[in-house]
Amino acid sequence: MGDGLVQARGLRKRFGEFEAVRGIDVDVAPGEVFGFLGPNGAGKSSTMRMVACVSPRTGGTLQVLGMDPDVDGPRIRARIGVVPQLDNLDAELTVRQNLQVYGRYFGLPKRHVREKAAELMEFAQLADRADEPVEPLSGGMKRRLTIARALVNDPELLLLDEPTTGLDPQARHLLWERLYRLKREGVTQIITTHYMDEAEQLCDRLVVMDGGVIVAEGSPAELIGRHAAREVLELRFAPEDRPPAAAFARLADRVEELPDRLLLSTADGERVQGEVARAGHRPISALVRRATLEDVFLRLTGRTLVD
Amino acid sequence: MTGATVSRLLPGGGYAGRSRVLLERSAIVSRRGWLAFVSGFFEPVFYLVAMGQGLGSLVGMLPGPDGTPISYAAFIAPGLLAASAMNGAVFDSTFNVFFKLKYARLYDAMLATPLGPVDIALGEIGWALIRGGLYALGFLTVMAGFGLLTSPWALLALPAALLVAFAFAAVGMAATSFMRSWQDFDLVTLAVLPMFLFSTTFYPLSVYPPVLQTVVQCLPLYHAVELMRGLTTGAVHVGMLGNVAYFAVMIALGVVVAARRLDRLLLR
Repeated sequence: MGDGLVQARGLRKRFGEFEAVRGIDVDVAPGEVFGFLGPNGAGKSSTMRMVACVSPRTGGTLQVLGMDPDVDGPRIRARIGVVPQLDNLDAELTVRQNLQVYGRYFGLPKRHVREKAAELMEFAQLADRADEPVEPLSGGMKRRLTIARALVNDPELLLLDEPTTGLDPQARHLLWERLYRLKREGVTQIITTHYMDEAEQLCDRLVVMDGGVIVAEGSPAELIGRHAAREVLELRFAPEDRPPAAAFARLADRVEELPDRLLLSTADGERVQGEVARAGHRPISALVRRATLEDVFLRLTGRTLVD
Repeated sequence: MTGATVSRLLPGGGYAGRSRVLLERSAIVSRRGWLAFVSGFFEPVFYLVAMGQGLGSLVGMLPGPDGTPISYAAFIAPGLLAASAMNGAVFDSTFNVFFKLKYARLYDAMLATPLGPVDIALGEIGWALIRGGLYALGFLTVMAGFGLLTSPWALLALPAALLVAFAFAAVGMAATSFMRSWQDFDLVTLAVLPMFLFSTTFYPLSVYPPVLQTVVQCLPLYHAVELMRGLTTGAVHVGMLGNVAYFAVMIALGVVVAARRLDRLLLR
């Protein structure tokens, strides 16, 4: 086996009749931020739970930190940090106690967790709320605390399952900044997300999952380069004068038809926008934007991401 | 059941030997929930005063475990002692555990650390045991104050209360793992309340017709009352080892089932 922190071959997970993960190969190298991108039900969370050693695999091989979760689950868990999809902070404890008690679950000495908790509250920008209960905290604060809690054992590998789902833009950006800081400190991260911008911002490398299999793999830029043009022109028409998609085939590399709008992939969105106007089309709105992983996903699966 | 058999029945890799940290957590939390402790302590005291003193003045003397007549208060006090150990343990291992399991997802958070289902089962049962034991200690003090401890054997009533609390906590937690919603907790009340009333807590077994006597003798609280009544009045006999064995089986069954169920529910 190689020196990857996580190595999966033909990894499978079945729940009764339903196969959530249908044979995937994954390698995560030390120090990188690796992403699982895909819609709900793609098998991302099931994969994460297997890597976190809280869900036994149904088939294939899996090595985490060079060990087999089936054999060494507790030893692996001692060296990883987990941020679950839903916050499960201890509502009966304060912010500080949440960190200290969690550290004790790892068998860390009391003195050590006291110091660590203070340090992590600074990191999570929660020092001024240290001795308050966690329930009144905002969603962003709770999320930061959950991340801080996952760092209490100085993990070599951090697993984040949809870290920013449900947060407002400001809270997301703050969180991204913290995760970036961790990356610079050398903490390997595995992130699942169904936000394309998040994957682009954070991930060195990612796989796109759909229906339990991996449909594409690469860096965000590679995937966009390989599966989408540089820019996208979004056109919205009133239903009565919406032209057929074929009317734009000549103008763009690719045209996607969505229920409410048309997406024209092209190297130069503004030029195409001008040509659309010159051809006599009158969209209600036209927007040029950079191609994103969302476009890659649309291209690969023929569907937009369901939220 | 031997220790080796028990450990074979437990989920593999499920024990980090660190259930003590759950007790630490519970101790921190209980600093805020001290009112529950106070109310749990007073409940049997109220019963003792109302029934022992009030009703006792009408009842007069009753035959004790070895036939020697004892006051009604001295008769029911060990029963209330057993019941308070049971109540403390059952309340903690059912309502509190269910909330943490289904709503707070506390155990999910714990299982992401090196802790396993056995640590959680033992830690939570251990806390319920401590709670039951504290109720029992409080009540024993009250009994001593009323002059209801008439034998040095009464010193063993505290470890006996811990054994009883352990058994009820273990079975309570195992039962909780099967509950689907709060409605199912009516079943807990349905089990605990009649047991409290009919397990020879308030009158001797001899008042029942023979068939019902056998039924009552199967109830766990009956065995707890037998233990306590023998110890606090000094009517100790070898048969009490049978009562102890009853609880040892409850403990083994409860711990194994609770740990296995946690494993099945949370580590899918």
